[in-house]
Amino acid sequence: MFIIDFNKLRFLVCDDNAHMRRILRTLLHSFGAREVYEAEDGATALEMYSHYVPDIVITDWSMPIFDGLELAQMIRQPEGVGNPYAPIIMLTGHSEKRRVMVARDAGVTEFLAKPISAKGLYQRILNVVANPRPFIKTKNYFGPDRRRNPNAAYIGVERRVGGKAEVMQQPSLLDKARSGN
Amino acid sequence: MARKPPAEIKVDTFADHQVISQPNPLRKMVRYAEEKEFDDPVARAEQALASLSGEFNDWMRIECDRLSNAHAAIVRDGLNGENREELFRAAHDIKGGAATFGFPTAAAAAESLCRIIEHAPDLAQVPGELIKHHVNAIQAIYREQSKINAVGMADELSKKLRGVADEYLIHVNRDRPEHLEAIMSPSIVPEA
Repeated sequence: MFIIDFNKLRFLVCDDNAHMRRILRTLLHSFGAREVYEAEDGATALEMYSHYVPDIVITDWSMPIFDGLELAQMIRQPEGVGNPYAPIIMLTGHSEKRRVMVARDAGVTEFLAKPISAKGLYQRILNVVANPRPFIKTKNYFGPDRRRNPNAAYIGVERRVGGKAEVMQQPSLLDKARSGN
Repeated sequence: MARKPPAEIKVDTFADHQVISQPNPLRKMVRYAEEKEFDDPVARAEQALASLSGEFNDWMRIECDRLSNAHAAIVRDGLNGENREELFRAAHDIKGGAATFGFPTAAAAAESLCRIIEHAPDLAQVPGELIKHHVNAIQAIYREQSKINAVGMADELSKKLRGVADEYLIHVNRDRPEHLEAIMSPSIVPEA
């Protein structure tokens, strides 16, 4: 079976609530992570993001100074100095579908509604590590492909024009590992 | 702290968008392990969380006190941007954390309070009793948790509050369809 070497992953956790940070730290350490950096507001998180270059960002939505949504938007700057591709997991008490859409459109990779569970967090991390999505850049969006499952029966508005998009999937890590390449 | 730059990036350009792919930079973090080597990380994490649970009661008390203080500041000073924000944050943190701390019905009552703060057209016009009942209910759920029948009563109380709050919000937002839709759309969190 396939396992994640958490001890090689570097996490940045951003939540203004100290209790939630402690829970997250406990969960990540017990998964095996050694490097867990913590910020209590969006501004500090952005600074730490540039300094520590984390592999995965886990952020709350509602925070002082600037919130998790703004943090995601600042990380997802293709012309910026930092890495704009790091997976962002938004862990939030906001649990309405509308919020999920807004987070997705800000470039968030995975959404996890509180209350937090070890299983839910692990699954989100496994997903971003093993199944990364390609990035899409348009006039008003830069972030992971929002089409998780190509649907041939889709009948809504086609937002991408200029020919059929030949989406280059990043190969699934599990498939690669299985094929031995 | 710098890590290696990302591997080569492949860009496919279309008329109005680009598709950007790069070899998975986290690939080296996944490996194959024999079953005997597998030590379930989720079970380990749940155990670690259980070890932490001795502190949850204190944490819940701190969160409840913060909510009460935020409400008291509004009663004392009148509503302003700062204390409105603090009331919302305190309620929002209870909504997100209380179920983990073992107080799911307090989380439900806090969610109802968050919806009032978020969707009332003018919080100053919300009947003070409605907010006060929410704050008091959350405190009571925390205090009475260990008593017999408290869980059933707390569940009933939080459902009743949510019903009253929803009725109020639907009425005051009758001409604000975007809020009505948000109020009436189901949560993505599955019911326990």
